[in-house]
Amino acid sequence: MKKAFPILGLLTAALLSYALYQALVVAPTEQTMGDVQRIFYYHVPSAWTAFLLFFINFLASIQYLVRRDQKTDTIANWVVIALGVLVCIAPYAFRTLLPAGVYPSSVVTTGIAFVGLYFLIKRLFSEQQTDMLALTTAEVGVVFCTVVLVTGPLWARPVWGIWWTWDVRLTSTLVLWLIYVSYLVLRRFSSSGQTPVLAAALAVFGALDVPLVYFSIWFFRTQHPQPVVGGGGSIDPRMLRVLLINWVAFLCFAFLVCWSRYRLERTKREVEETQALEALLEPRSALR
Amino acid sequence: MNEPNTAQTNPIIAVTNLVKQFGRFAALRGVSTSFEASRLYGILGDNGAGKTTLLRILAGLVPPTRGEISILGKKNPREVCREFGYMAHPSLLYDEMSGVENLRYFARLYGLEDEARCAQVIAAVGLDPALERPVGQYSQGMRQRMSLARALLNDPKILLLDEPFSNVDIRSAREMVKLLGGMRDQGKTIFVVTHQASLLDGAADEFIWMDAGQIVNRTRDLTYMETA
Amino acid sequence: MSAPTGITWATLTKDVRLEWRSKDAINSMLFFALLVVVVFSFSFDPEAEESRQIAGGLVWVAFLFAAVVALNQTWARELRNQVLDAYRVSPAPANSLFVAKALGNFIFVSVLEALMTPLFIVFYKLRVLGPAWQLIPVAILGTWAIVVNGTFFAAMSLRTRSREIMLPLLLFPITIPALLSMVEATTTILVGDPSTSAKFWIVLLATYDVVFTTGCLALFGTVLHAE
Repeated sequence: MKKAFPILGLLTAALLSYALYQALVVAPTEQTMGDVQRIFYYHVPSAWTAFLLFFINFLASIQYLVRRDQKTDTIANWVVIALGVLVCIAPYAFRTLLPAGVYPSSVVTTGIAFVGLYFLIKRLFSEQQTDMLALTTAEVGVVFCTVVLVTGPLWARPVWGIWWTWDVRLTSTLVLWLIYVSYLVLRRFSSSGQTPVLAAALAVFGALDVPLVYFSIWFFRTQHPQPVVGGGGSIDPRMLRVLLINWVAFLCFAFLVCWSRYRLERTKREVEETQALEALLEPRSALR
Repeated sequence: MNEPNTAQTNPIIAVTNLVKQFGRFAALRGVSTSFEASRLYGILGDNGAGKTTLLRILAGLVPPTRGEISILGKKNPREVCREFGYMAHPSLLYDEMSGVENLRYFARLYGLEDEARCAQVIAAVGLDPALERPVGQYSQGMRQRMSLARALLNDPKILLLDEPFSNVDIRSAREMVKLLGGMRDQGKTIFVVTHQASLLDGAADEFIWMDAGQIVNRTRDLTYMETA
Repeated sequence: MSAPTGITWATLTKDVRLEWRSKDAINSMLFFALLVVVVFSFSFDPEAEESRQIAGGLVWVAFLFAAVVALNQTWARELRNQVLDAYRVSPAPANSLFVAKALGNFIFVSVLEALMTPLFIVFYKLRVLGPAWQLIPVAILGTWAIVVNGTFFAAMSLRTRSREIMLPLLLFPITIPALLSMVEATTTILVGDPSTSAKFWIVLLATYDVVFTTGCLALFGTVLHAE
């Protein structure tokens, strides 16, 4: 395990450099936007990575809450399985309701990935470790989300002529960022030994909020005239390839950062544990 | 040291290796002991010895960091909370309401809608149930007694009392001790955390001496105080 | 009346009685709300025609600020003399306490809104051009949305340092979709443009309320006993 870390580090560095080369040199220049469009290869992978990390944070937080009790844990398992089955059946049963461009198979894949991820986390992490996982993914997720929020305006300014627009994706991402920053603030200011419980509760609330945020802003925007019409149409397959390479590189990078942050947190807790144990062993006379 | 006979069976409360840490500070450092039913225990020790923490853990208000509890055969104190009466250092009463109003509310929490019961416990602690004054205007001694009345509402099997005599005049304190003795004789198990050990002399069945998060001795009388 | 409902009722009446006697929260809240209305009137010209367009936003942001002051008071009463511990050692269910507190806050904030609304109407010369009856569900659902999460997060911030500042930090990000719905619905109704309808926003608010009421009830016990 100890050796895997530097190997992964080197691999990530190589992959990131290759992805950079691909993004800056190999990918074709966009017709109307020019070279500015290349920021897209950083913007989009950061966004996907951040969303994935927040999703892991949600799963880890749920597990931290339910695994405190045997009964709720069992219930949660069945709920997750039931949700998975539902997601596999529903898109075929209600095919007509799916938005254009969404295939039932992609919904099913997402559902299976969700169930798989839930049980993978459960297998790999103990109850206490799920809290560390939640903390790590929230922190790293906020960093990637910040990258998204910074690169977005950088691209928008030359292309749209404005730094910011209250578009549904921008606004939802901003709200998501706010929610997870408040999560980190809570972790920092919590005074009791029960920080993990409070944080996990807030994480669940935040995740419940995400679809509501999205729908509210989506409707808000469709009601109002949009200052610009972004995107649409199809993407050049060469661009898509570069985008995917960049995403893989970013995922590796995120994984690397999460891993080292996780190790740091684990060490910190081990030190605290040891200090706590030492306090127990001190002679009584020293404490008076 | 006169070690009491602890070989009796079926303790009402048993704790094993109880540890409670607040960050780096260890409030309890491995407490293992057991307590018999229908006894009056005096828990003695300096500030920071872990007395209050022990009571709060037994009452189910704080979970221990490590260790096992068995109360009336249950591992989780919350499951047997109906059998507890808990009196803390603060009064646990609303200052703006009168004693009866306070007790009426807390009785509801235990599913009791019994006016007579409220009046009965108030009278039992030597106060007048007809007193209209809000608790905030009580003297400290009266407030402590009303607080004890609140703890007695649900007719608990186990009473956990944290500093019940603080700021109570000596005569009222003696009366409270007598009252506690009477309840012990009726079969209640009573824990009294106090600094005024002498008040319990002769009344308590056993004294638990705590120091720096551990139980250092259990004695029948107070002679250990001089040697400690 | 079943036992949990009875406890909720007892707690609610107790809170109302305590508030009636001390008037801690309601007085500071009322004055604060008045200040907010006046300050807003200076910040946004009430005479301007565009004010009608933003009136919905002004009203709800003012309510939200005033509600935060009230919500911070909710648990302060339970912390004095550690009365909350008396509740926690009793067999009474945690959710009875939560529902009582949320209902109590709902009453306080509603009273506040009832008193602030006329001020807004007078200062901003508001007239409802759309279907006015729709303002009632918006007000009820919107107030509940603020209050249910506010009560929960206020309980959560009991376990944190700098309690008073934590509440808005936790509450505001989560409340954004609800706030957006209230503001948009109110503005739609006030402006009365026949091409739009507030129905979507009312449905969204109702969804928000259902989702978070369920969430609060599922997690409040955990938060209450987290010490």
